[in-house]
Amino acid sequence: MPSMNMIQALNSAMDVMLERDPDVLIFGQDVGYFGGVFRCTAGLQKKYGSKRVFDAPISEGGIVGAAVGMGAYGLRPVVEIQFADYIYPAMDQLTSEAARLRYRSGGEFSAPITVRTPCGGGIYGGQTHSQSPEAMFAHVCGLKTVMPSNPYDAKGLLIAAIEDDDPVVFFEPKRIYNGPFDGHHDRPVKPWAGHALGEVPDGYYTVPLGRANVLRPGTAVTVLCYGTMVHVCLAAAAESGIDAEVIDLRTLMPLDLETIEASVRKTGRCVIVHEATRTCGFGAELSAQVQEACFIHLEAPIERVTGWDTPYPLAHEWQYFPGPARVSEALTRVMEF
Amino acid sequence: MNKSFTPATLLEIYRKGRLINLIDERFRGLLRSGRLAAVYYSPRGQEILAAAMGVHLQQTDYLVTTYRGIHDQLAKGIPLRPLFAEYYAKATGACKGKGGPMHITHPETGVMVTTGIVGSGLPIANGLAWASQLKKDGRVTLVTFGDGASNIGAFHEALNMASLWKLPVIFLCQNNLYGESSKYAKCTAVDNVAERAAGYNMPGVTVNGNDPEAMWRASGEAVARARAGEGPTLLEAKTFRFMGHYFGDPGAYIPKEEYDAHLARDPMPIARAAVLSSGAATEAELAAYDDEVNAKIDDALQFAADSPFPDVSEIDIDVYGAAA
Repeated sequence: MPSMNMIQALNSAMDVMLERDPDVLIFGQDVGYFGGVFRCTAGLQKKYGSKRVFDAPISEGGIVGAAVGMGAYGLRPVVEIQFADYIYPAMDQLTSEAARLRYRSGGEFSAPITVRTPCGGGIYGGQTHSQSPEAMFAHVCGLKTVMPSNPYDAKGLLIAAIEDDDPVVFFEPKRIYNGPFDGHHDRPVKPWAGHALGEVPDGYYTVPLGRANVLRPGTAVTVLCYGTMVHVCLAAAAESGIDAEVIDLRTLMPLDLETIEASVRKTGRCVIVHEATRTCGFGAELSAQVQEACFIHLEAPIERVTGWDTPYPLAHEWQYFPGPARVSEALTRVMEF
Repeated sequence: MNKSFTPATLLEIYRKGRLINLIDERFRGLLRSGRLAAVYYSPRGQEILAAAMGVHLQQTDYLVTTYRGIHDQLAKGIPLRPLFAEYYAKATGACKGKGGPMHITHPETGVMVTTGIVGSGLPIANGLAWASQLKKDGRVTLVTFGDGASNIGAFHEALNMASLWKLPVIFLCQNNLYGESSKYAKCTAVDNVAERAAGYNMPGVTVNGNDPEAMWRASGEAVARARAGEGPTLLEAKTFRFMGHYFGDPGAYIPKEEYDAHLARDPMPIARAAVLSSGAATEAELAAYDDEVNAKIDDALQFAADSPFPDVSEIDIDVYGAAA
């Protein structure tokens, strides 16, 4: 099986879908001729032509709006918003149009669009190139919200997103495009090559939306995470010696509450980890749902390890970024409660 | 496109306009008497421009409109029963009662999107038109909006993209001179919205939207251009709305002399007189048409009244597709 990094896996997913379905098209800023600022669409325009893979002006609202119209027609557009930090001008189209078209048309139309966007920090990007705005989209009913943590899932989830009849916001943690970053920023960068989840089939397969993945079974405490934080949490489990069950959510909406609930009932403890700011972060929703579903099984308060409630800082990037040390401390706290 | 504006064309436009006019009168009566509870944005005064555009469109063409969109939807040919039932939030409505007056969709007649968000329809129209261009289906997409929308970023992004990609779109700005309570000139730095087309390298045309022939000619050219693959047009139809922004708006922000001057040029009685003097129809024939329309209105209102509300179990249906 070929070894791919996340960029190659995403490229392969789009290649497979362009080949399979003539209604799939790709557009966005710099995605056509140039192949995307992170190279995710490299070579696709050459292979499929500039009617199906094309560049758009820097008009995020105009791009997503056009995708909504194409979706209402019956096409399956995949658009790229170059950084998640640039997605806000498209918020109107995503919340008031894409997410709501199915409901307000009584089920006659939907917007089967996929909005790919690189997110997250750890790249020295400062406040406008490091944000993790996933909770804003998970809050919008009608949208689905996805964030993979590895090349295998990235490809399978992206194909599932493109095939899905609802609008999907697909967050790509850019810190792990090239390798599984565990938060130890002072150590050499590891590539995906040689990693089990860097083994990616060439052809078509899907990873269904709405299914979490138990990446590390454990008995002591349930750790809920997604994206880059999955690798941080795995490192924290290994370094703390606490037998944590690490669950990669993969999809925030729809949420796999069944897997979460089964785990917390077993462990009686729960730590939630995300990069995004704390207040009203997705961890708040997870904490509420776990409490509602598992109250009598909980042995300790649910802990959240998150970014700070500050703009993304440059000088303090590694204090802001939840690294393995902070996760280990939280694991220890819930165990010792 | 047939270049000669015949009495028969005038009559066709008048009849579409009169349909809008009679329905609007009936709705306002129902709202006043409390027999209809709905948010309503009357198109009174903008009937002729919608009708003169509508006669150029085919059923398969697409329409994207706004909350003040009932005239556009009727001119596009939406049937009365599902339209009225949607105003009454009934299960038989165009959107199963879950969209309401500001969100009408009716794909069978090409009414694809009605939005309550000013300006957000323009990029969506681009997407529909882009798909038509890809699939070579010969459709054009008409997107209509008010003068206020021309100050929103989405307008500018959409015009640029449509021109860049030569999309089969007609951008119809219905300039009724007021954005809610704000006078056009207080908010807009150009005398005519159509001037903005120059910045996007597309034709910009300002026309008296209340003049059936002028509006018919300008619309015909824009539709023909789009249909021929020559790209979009920004068409600005100057008009006026007589019933304020929303039903119940006292309209105190419009000076009386200004209002009266527009009322003296009310397009509906002028069009009626023109039809009669053209010989296209007699008084008796126009009266018979009114009776015919009123009977259809009665039927659709009865249909709406007799229809059930959607069951409460419908509340979380169609948020996501079946696979969710």
